[in-house]
Amino acid sequence: MIGTEEIYKSYRMGATKVNVLKGVNLTVEKGEFVAIIGASGSGKSTLLHILGALDRPDKGVVRFEDRDLNSFSAGELNRFRNKMVGFVFQFYHLLDELSVLENVYLPTMASKSVAGWLACRKQAKERAKELLAQLGLDERADHKPYQLSGGERQRVAVGRALMNEPELLLADEPTGNLDSVTGNGILDVLEKLNKAGQTIIMVTHNEGIAKRAGRIIKLIDGKITTGT
Amino acid sequence: MYKILIATRYLIRRHITYFAVLAVALCVFIVLVVMTVLTGLVSDFKLKNHLFTGDCVVGTETLVGFTYYEDLSKILEQADFIESASAVIKSYALVSPNWTEQGLGLEIMGIDPVRHSITTGFGETLYYHKNDVSKAFEPVFKPNLPGCVLGVEVGNRLGNSLAPQRGPRGGYFYSDRFDESSVSVSCVPLTARGAPAKADLGLINTLNFYYSDYSNSGLARVDGSLVYIPFDQAQWLCGMDGPLKRANAIHIKFKPDVNLQTGCKKVALLLERFKQEKADEEQAYLLDTVTVQSWKEYRRANIAAMEKEQTMMTVLFGLVGITTVFIILVVFYMIISHKSKDIGILKSIGVSNTNIITLFLGFAFSVGLIGAAIGAFGGWLFLRQINQIEQWLFEHFGFQLWDRTIYAIGDIPNQVRFTVLAVVILSAIVACLAGAFIPSRQAARLNPVETLQVSQL
Repeated sequence: MIGTEEIYKSYRMGATKVNVLKGVNLTVEKGEFVAIIGASGSGKSTLLHILGALDRPDKGVVRFEDRDLNSFSAGELNRFRNKMVGFVFQFYHLLDELSVLENVYLPTMASKSVAGWLACRKQAKERAKELLAQLGLDERADHKPYQLSGGERQRVAVGRALMNEPELLLADEPTGNLDSVTGNGILDVLEKLNKAGQTIIMVTHNEGIAKRAGRIIKLIDGKITTGT
Repeated sequence: MYKILIATRYLIRRHITYFAVLAVALCVFIVLVVMTVLTGLVSDFKLKNHLFTGDCVVGTETLVGFTYYEDLSKILEQADFIESASAVIKSYALVSPNWTEQGLGLEIMGIDPVRHSITTGFGETLYYHKNDVSKAFEPVFKPNLPGCVLGVEVGNRLGNSLAPQRGPRGGYFYSDRFDESSVSVSCVPLTARGAPAKADLGLINTLNFYYSDYSNSGLARVDGSLVYIPFDQAQWLCGMDGPLKRANAIHIKFKPDVNLQTGCKKVALLLERFKQEKADEEQAYLLDTVTVQSWKEYRRANIAAMEKEQTMMTVLFGLVGITTVFIILVVFYMIISHKSKDIGILKSIGVSNTNIITLFLGFAFSVGLIGAAIGAFGGWLFLRQINQIEQWLFEHFGFQLWDRTIYAIGDIPNQVRFTVLAVVILSAIVACLAGAFIPSRQAARLNPVETLQVSQL
């Protein structure tokens, strides 16, 4: 479904050039639940951002269903991020000004014109409510993010990521900011989604959490050492 | 749709935007009030000049005047685009009240009051004969005496105790008693060549006139220095009543649908043709100095100063507008620096750079629109009450925006013009968009990976 060929990425930190990814090759098949594990600074989040087209590699190819992401125009990349990928971040990253329900249906709203949204808003709201119900948040739809617990916020973020039924769910340390019980709840949700056919790539530094995935890829010093 | 939703929420929940809205509202309020008052004053001043002059003037600057004005008047009145024409004599005279030897050098204007009232707003400026201008030169207390109409401030300048007195709010108070005093008007009659006609005799022409009325044109210089007298007598006083009679100007009123510039051009053509026809006639050289001027050109010296003042004020308030742009710019920089995470989130769900810019520009538009609406409403309310507020300030603190005993201003103009309102509101919105553009563009350029990094939170 998605794969990388010889991905390189470096950043500048002042006068120093930091090579984060040093030739990463990776293939993830449809329906897989893959955990990318590595120490802090190993480049796992960078790899996830490149897979989700939030960032571009310096060198190498990212293929999504046999299409090279490098050849995508800016508009195509935006559509890719909107339709094909759903992001779940460690710090939830919800819009504080919007309600829980609005945060969840935001990706659908963002993909439509005013007229298009008016035409489909009922279905979109229904879908968002269904997702919230599946995630056990149906009572929280009208609340603001700051009124929710960390676990609830992360479930809202999962709901938002799933809103447009993406092919790929990318989770960057989804339990990193949660206690173990709440974190396990989120992992249960991800497992359940994967069993329903959702492809998931999760980044974590915790081996225990990574074991919940179907396959573990170790990233050490910008290179994949096991599990390509 | 999400842009409207998010922009609205930012507007409601980000308290700093209230300051931006307030800044815009204050600017709109100030600019609207000042522009309305100033535009009103300028328009009022122009209207008064227009009424004083008529639409167009065919005349000469010289005191000698020009011949064949009667023929020219007839031709003009027969033109299908001209409503009426009024020949006038203009000169300077020594005007002395009968109780003192000390006179004043004033301007005199000889007119036919009926014709002049049809052509200009003269009739409307009178106090006693507003409804029957044909009797403008008939003193109310004794109609058979020769009368003159004084500019409403001339009586005061001549030291007449019964002259109308200007009130604190700009209106005039007329005495219940009729002023039965008279003035002598003395002129130096000139020949067609411009020489004193009676130089060898050492005489000037003098006539006595009784006060028949006062003319309040609202133009300080006119009301303080002009004396209207009957046309024939003015012609005699100035020595223009010879076999070839002369006048100084013909004031013209166009038909209602005639454009000012077009009308003036047509009059100029008629004048040129007339000059050619009269080229071989006696004293035709006097026509060489005759020109055609629209009322705006004729009164340019007076209007230009006011217009310059208006331009200066517009420039000054343009600077206020620039200040608004900077306020909006600072506010938006602050908002965007606090909202970089949101920009990263929006980009992660596929929102394009252009849409990020339009989101923040939409936000700026809302700030501009709401601020402008509040400012415009406040300005409108203030303007509605501006005269009452000034009255109250005058009664309690003796404060007046303009001292009515000095300036020929009545009420402060407070009619909000749609064009002024539209320009001010549009400018406020454009200022907001301009102020928000750079921060919006910078927001769109933010790297989502950087804004969503844990270290950035």
